[in-house]
Amino acid sequence: MKKTIFTLVALVIAAVSFAQNQKYVAAMKKNIILMDSAFGKPDLFLGLANTFERIGTAEKSEWLPYYYASLCRINVGFMQKDMSLNDPLADASEVLLNKADSLMPNNSEISCAKSMIATLRMLVNAQQRFMQYGAVSEKALQAAMKQDTTNPRPYMLKGQTLKGTPEQFGGGCKVAKTFLQTAVDKFATFKPATELLPNWGEKYTMGLLKECE
Amino acid sequence: MKFFITAILFFVTLAVNAQITISGKLTDNKNKPIRGASVTIVDSYDGTTTDSLGNFRFESTEIGEKFISATMSGYSEYKNKINIEKTNIIQNISIKELITELNAVVITVGSFEASDKKKGTVLSSLDIVTTAGANGDVQGALKTLPGTQQVGESEGLFVRGGSATESKIFIDGSLVNNFFYSSLPGLSTRGRFNPFLFKGTVFSTGGYSALYGQALSAALILESNDLPERTQADLSMSAIGIGGGIQKLTKNKKASWGVSYAYNNLTAAFAILKQNIDFFKVPQYHVADANFRIKTKGGGFLKYYGYLSGNQTGIRNADIDSLSLKNAFTVNNINTFQNLSWKENIGKGWKINTSISFSTNKDNILNELQDGNNVKQQFFAPAGYAGKNFSLQNTAEYAQARFVLDKKLAGINVIRFGSDYFYSNEKNAFTLFNGNRFDETVVDNLNAVFAETDLYITRNLALKAGSRLEYSSLMKKWNIAPRASIAYKFKDNSQMSFAYGIFYQNPERRYLPALNTDLKYSEATHYIFQYQRSSNARTFRTELFYKQYNDLFKTLPNTTGRAVAANNNGDGFAKGVEVFWRDKKTIKNLDYWISYSYLDTKRNYLNFPGSITPTFAAAHTTSFVAKKFVTEWKTGFNMSYSFATGRPYYNLVYDNTLNKNVIKEEGKTINYNSLSFSLNYLPNLGKPKAKTFAVWVLSVTNVLGQEQVFGYNFSGINNNKVPVLPPSKRFLFLGCFLSFGIDRTQDAINNNL
Repeated sequence: MKKTIFTLVALVIAAVSFAQNQKYVAAMKKNIILMDSAFGKPDLFLGLANTFERIGTAEKSEWLPYYYASLCRINVGFMQKDMSLNDPLADASEVLLNKADSLMPNNSEISCAKSMIATLRMLVNAQQRFMQYGAVSEKALQAAMKQDTTNPRPYMLKGQTLKGTPEQFGGGCKVAKTFLQTAVDKFATFKPATELLPNWGEKYTMGLLKECE
Repeated sequence: MKFFITAILFFVTLAVNAQITISGKLTDNKNKPIRGASVTIVDSYDGTTTDSLGNFRFESTEIGEKFISATMSGYSEYKNKINIEKTNIIQNISIKELITELNAVVITVGSFEASDKKKGTVLSSLDIVTTAGANGDVQGALKTLPGTQQVGESEGLFVRGGSATESKIFIDGSLVNNFFYSSLPGLSTRGRFNPFLFKGTVFSTGGYSALYGQALSAALILESNDLPERTQADLSMSAIGIGGGIQKLTKNKKASWGVSYAYNNLTAAFAILKQNIDFFKVPQYHVADANFRIKTKGGGFLKYYGYLSGNQTGIRNADIDSLSLKNAFTVNNINTFQNLSWKENIGKGWKINTSISFSTNKDNILNELQDGNNVKQQFFAPAGYAGKNFSLQNTAEYAQARFVLDKKLAGINVIRFGSDYFYSNEKNAFTLFNGNRFDETVVDNLNAVFAETDLYITRNLALKAGSRLEYSSLMKKWNIAPRASIAYKFKDNSQMSFAYGIFYQNPERRYLPALNTDLKYSEATHYIFQYQRSSNARTFRTELFYKQYNDLFKTLPNTTGRAVAANNNGDGFAKGVEVFWRDKKTIKNLDYWISYSYLDTKRNYLNFPGSITPTFAAAHTTSFVAKKFVTEWKTGFNMSYSFATGRPYYNLVYDNTLNKNVIKEEGKTINYNSLSFSLNYLPNLGKPKAKTFAVWVLSVTNVLGQEQVFGYNFSGINNNKVPVLPPSKRFLFLGCFLSFGIDRTQDAINNNL
């Protein structure tokens, strides 16, 4: 009888935590899918950022909710018309990303997000801030490439930055293309270990590459 | 078993399905809806984001006593207990907007700030060095801003009717007594310090902070660089000299050190550009400096900067009092400046900023009357001739210790206070034609304490109020100088500010020791009104000012015939209006600014016979500066044009019957015009693999060779009147600056994008 009760209790715990985990996975999955349709709609991204942050606060040991919450805010930043408003968004994204970083240090995806935050800050006033934040962004990308050699996103971001840099300053489509092509090649083989892990950007990279053709 | 699991899962699912709707409206303290805020049941998945009307509505599966929170950046956080039972809940929430550095008004009245990081700045650090005509000299760039005069016959900043000695310059909090190279008669000398040393510049043309004192008109506050981005070596070659340096960043990127040396010799430049002054000793400068910077654990900085220079110049002009004689002036100068500063966050909202500095200056001046063959001519009479053969040795030692404590109060309010101690010991030995030698020493110990607060009443209304208390052992008196400024930001982000302040100053060294040992401080009261409207790419600002001078020093000759401070019977005023417009947007890739100043000033001081407009004050001054970078050519084009109406000149002579100076002749100089161009060519731009990064600079000042007259000198003996002219019509500079071992492409992009 004792054994049965023990088993029962264990089962209840297992079932509850299974349910909890299932709830987590389901919530994450749902919102990650929603991200795809949020492009161009900053309000949706802001809502998603809040949702991911909520999940993060509830699931204190998971880094992904914070990562996505940060990423959503970064996306809001890139969608803004007036780049001079980027600083507070970058600050908010960084707070979230730092939480993810402390739960999952040396992660390639987090390094990519770090690079994007630096770019956001740079875009506030590219002329004055390039030296400082351009370097931070580049350093984060280098780290991302090293931390996971299969990750296509650092190459995508590098290509994107180069595409936006004038040719005279070592940018332009010609140089960008090699990075974008590497990213596309890596996307073809990149398989995230779980369905919740970041797996975004392939279509966007194709688009960038097409613009460069 | 299966049954159990199914049962458990059933109950779990049941629990999940018991949903309660929570809704309400989120507003700020003024009842305005807040959109985009996150409303959450703490530690659950349940929550939502408010819509454009501040409404929120979500379903919750939580049961019992929970916390509901509402968060939005820039607002206070709301967190409160909520009892979730069986009925739907309607809860309206109000949160308060916080005053943050990002949304609060910035007090800008009276000052121009050049910085890359802070908001509300009008110039970037680089603007200082890429302004055509400035030739990389800080004062040159500042002269394109409103409030300053186009004075060409002497160095320094003449601000709003003030003389150059009324503007003081500070590096990392320390006063720099000899910021410019030693004065030469009728010529303007350059600033000693490389403008690339500084990351931030605040140029206050009035109403400056209580943290600084002893300047009746203006303060130029320079902040040195933090750690360099990377290790680099530099080499420069130009028409005026050579230089080299290294700046080494340690591997852990926590510290750096650097040394540099430059030798400038204008022989080659003067061979090409004919000088209308005989430089019998061509200007030569040796400049060496060293620095270290250490980032502390707490994120603070310990910085040292040491500077040493030696230079000599000798100029020969036709003597004003005779037809055949010449006047030869030689100066040898050795100058040192050392500053050690430490700033640190010491916890609990306290910050400390402290510095000590020590500097010395030595001028050896020799003046001779010479004949047509440049041979010294000795006269014993009349006094006017005889007195022109003299030598003068000035030696000065200065020390300063300073600390400022900052305490962060609620929100972004700050209170800061501190103390300054200045020591100066200035000796001069004046040797007359007949060998008579006069030695004088002037020592001053000046103590100051100051306190200031930044108060944000609302995010749109800020007040800065402070006061400075000083005691100078030389003056044997206390002075108390209150300062206040207030700024209000309108809905369209334009802002209006007002500043008021009292400023005191000791007599300048050349009028000391004074005849009267019971002198008061000279005093200026500033009233400034500013309206500013700025966006990322455009800035418009206008200032209206009134400055009242009281107790200005009047001079009388001492026993050796030298004019020294005698009493405080002088006074004066300056009033005017200034406009500044900068636009980086209207014309693509073209950045330009226009400044205009109107000045009405009169003063009675020194040997003036009454209240007159000083010779350094033009009524109208305007500057136009434009910069354009053409990426295809890897070249930046910069131009500047400055115009000023004529300045007054006077021939003051002593009237023995009236026992005072009278104006024998007066007039106005012709208008001042100067058009300057400069090019920066970056051949290795966009070659990320280039090991050497080069910048070629070509600049021409006064391209059109327009005639410039800075004033007139009058003979004290005959009726000779000689215009003060620039030493050459144009100045041409060609230089190449190389950096090795590192890629400076990014700098170039930063500089020119």
